[in-house]
Amino acid sequence: MQQRQCAKTAGRLAKLAIKGLAMATAMLAPLTAAAGEITVKGSDTMVILGQRWAEEYMRAHPSATIQVTGGGSGTGISALINGTTDVCQASRPMSAAEKEKLRDRYATTGVEIPVARDGLSVYVNASNPLAEITMDQLKLVFTGKVTNWKELGGPDAKIVVYSRENSSGTYVFFKEHVLKNADYTVRAQSMPGTAAVVNAVAKEKFGIGYGGAAYAKGIKLLKVKKDGDSAAIAPDEAHVKDGSYPLSRPLFFYLRNKPSGDVGSFVDWVLSGAGQAIVTKVGYYPLK
Amino acid sequence: MNMPSSSQQPTTRQPDQAILVGLAASTGTSQSPPPGPRTVQASDRKNHRRAQRPGLVSRRSGLNTLTELAIRVLAFTSIAAIILIFVFIGKEAWPLLHDSVIGREVTLAKMWFAQQWPGYDAPEHVWQPVSEFPKFAAWPLVVGTLKVTLVAMLVAVPLGVGAALFVSQYAGRRLREIVKPTIELLAGVPSVVLGFFALMVMASWLQQAFGLDSRLNALVAGVALSFAIIPVIFTVSEEAFGAVPRSYVEASTALGAARWQTIVRVVVPAAGPGLAAGIALGLGRAVGETMIVLMASGNAAILSANPADSARTVSATIAAELAEVVFGGAHYTVLFFLGVLLFAFTLVSNLLGEFAIGRMRRRLGGAG
Repeated sequence: MQQRQCAKTAGRLAKLAIKGLAMATAMLAPLTAAAGEITVKGSDTMVILGQRWAEEYMRAHPSATIQVTGGGSGTGISALINGTTDVCQASRPMSAAEKEKLRDRYATTGVEIPVARDGLSVYVNASNPLAEITMDQLKLVFTGKVTNWKELGGPDAKIVVYSRENSSGTYVFFKEHVLKNADYTVRAQSMPGTAAVVNAVAKEKFGIGYGGAAYAKGIKLLKVKKDGDSAAIAPDEAHVKDGSYPLSRPLFFYLRNKPSGDVGSFVDWVLSGAGQAIVTKVGYYPLK
Repeated sequence: MNMPSSSQQPTTRQPDQAILVGLAASTGTSQSPPPGPRTVQASDRKNHRRAQRPGLVSRRSGLNTLTELAIRVLAFTSIAAIILIFVFIGKEAWPLLHDSVIGREVTLAKMWFAQQWPGYDAPEHVWQPVSEFPKFAAWPLVVGTLKVTLVAMLVAVPLGVGAALFVSQYAGRRLREIVKPTIELLAGVPSVVLGFFALMVMASWLQQAFGLDSRLNALVAGVALSFAIIPVIFTVSEEAFGAVPRSYVEASTALGAARWQTIVRVVVPAAGPGLAAGIALGLGRAVGETMIVLMASGNAAILSANPADSARTVSATIAAELAEVVFGGAHYTVLFFLGVLLFAFTLVSNLLGEFAIGRMRRRLGGAG
């Protein structure tokens, strides 16, 4: 009697083990053979955009599976170099050093595809009376040379500077284009994502921060002047698209090779009217 | 992490003795229960008896050795894990000390002494790892860590020890059974929840209450962190107070001391090493805790002693930056070196805590 039960249990266990094995193989499969599965990784600025694209694309193509994750442009490019992602989303161009690494591994310098445009916005608290700022002033504020709103024509209060973690593509873009590669002030508080910067500035009366326009909720966007004499320009569609807004930037897809197969049809769809319509919905700007 | 093992030891002590008494009785000895090492002898004697029973001998003793072996393997696995972790971290940090390629970007001297950087007016300690000239000054991070930890300890030690004193000396039985589990429940709150609360709610309160320039700063992070270490300090201190023999209190009362005099002059000094242990374990946790400080401190690497300034701690720096660095590069190596520092510090404070617990046992053991 007991023995028979033992045998039964053993049989069940064996079945379970086989099931487990099958499941494990199924889970491992995406790592080995990526049939119909596309991984997209990179810029935190572009995560929302990538996810909307993936959702819509998968609705139209039920056989496709697309995984979108963030981590920062640098993280995405590293993943592209390490071969752990098919598509890298980046909010900055790839550096020469990164292209070099890609060539060492794959004998290709990668394929750069602009997929949308972003107007990097300057956030201040909704109660801040300031309406515009020049590129020079931005540099002075974020390098810590100017520390009081009074010096910019605002109230007499200390400026609380919010920045991003140094793994962020936005951090690097802002450093290159606004700070001209100078260091951020040590007083700049680094936030883990654009949403965190928005949240911080929304709560901090005398705060200032930067990030994509798509996230701007409950805060005020400053108009930006190229220099003291030029007009103050808001980060709106027309000005971002024609490049007259001083902080407009292209957003990229990076691939290792010319797009083909599943990845190719996804990229084509992103650049099509349907894909570009989502860009507008999310709050960025289409290419055309 | 160290809390459960160290805090349970005092509690398990009494059951141990009970078993010991039971064993002693069953083996027919009428000696009073001796402490510590004799336990082994008693159980040995029992094994011996079993072994003498015919028939069962080989099977039972075989099972015994097997069980013992398994337990031994389990125990040594965790020790081996700790050693392996330390070796791994050390190995990744090692190039910082001798690698010439990394040496061009960063050396130990550059980390610990102020450097004159292009674009800066005077020699400074700067943490700017992503820059034209990467700067890896350690002091801003170390000072930030100490600042946050100090605030946390200033809040947590009086609250934790005070609550323990209340629960063990003043509270009635029913009250104790409400207060004690509630405080210990705090240990189960995930640190990300504490961090989120600090980030969204507490930061605004503290800014309004003290008129601070920035919402996120060392003060907010320290206060939030104290919630995580209060249960550590409370649990260990409560055990320490509980371990003070009744006879001490009775003797003091018999000499005419008031309740508060007894507590201040007798109970607290007797439990002293236990309190020190709780504080040391809390300190280890505070220095290593990552999520709360990452969310609530503002993460600006400012070299200042002012708790109202934002601070970037060593643990938060590693958490925020390690995902992005070039594998084996200067930045990567520096982060692992910081990891070694952190590991060494928490190890030392935990060892001090264990040492203090041991001392308390010895001190109070004889008078029990």
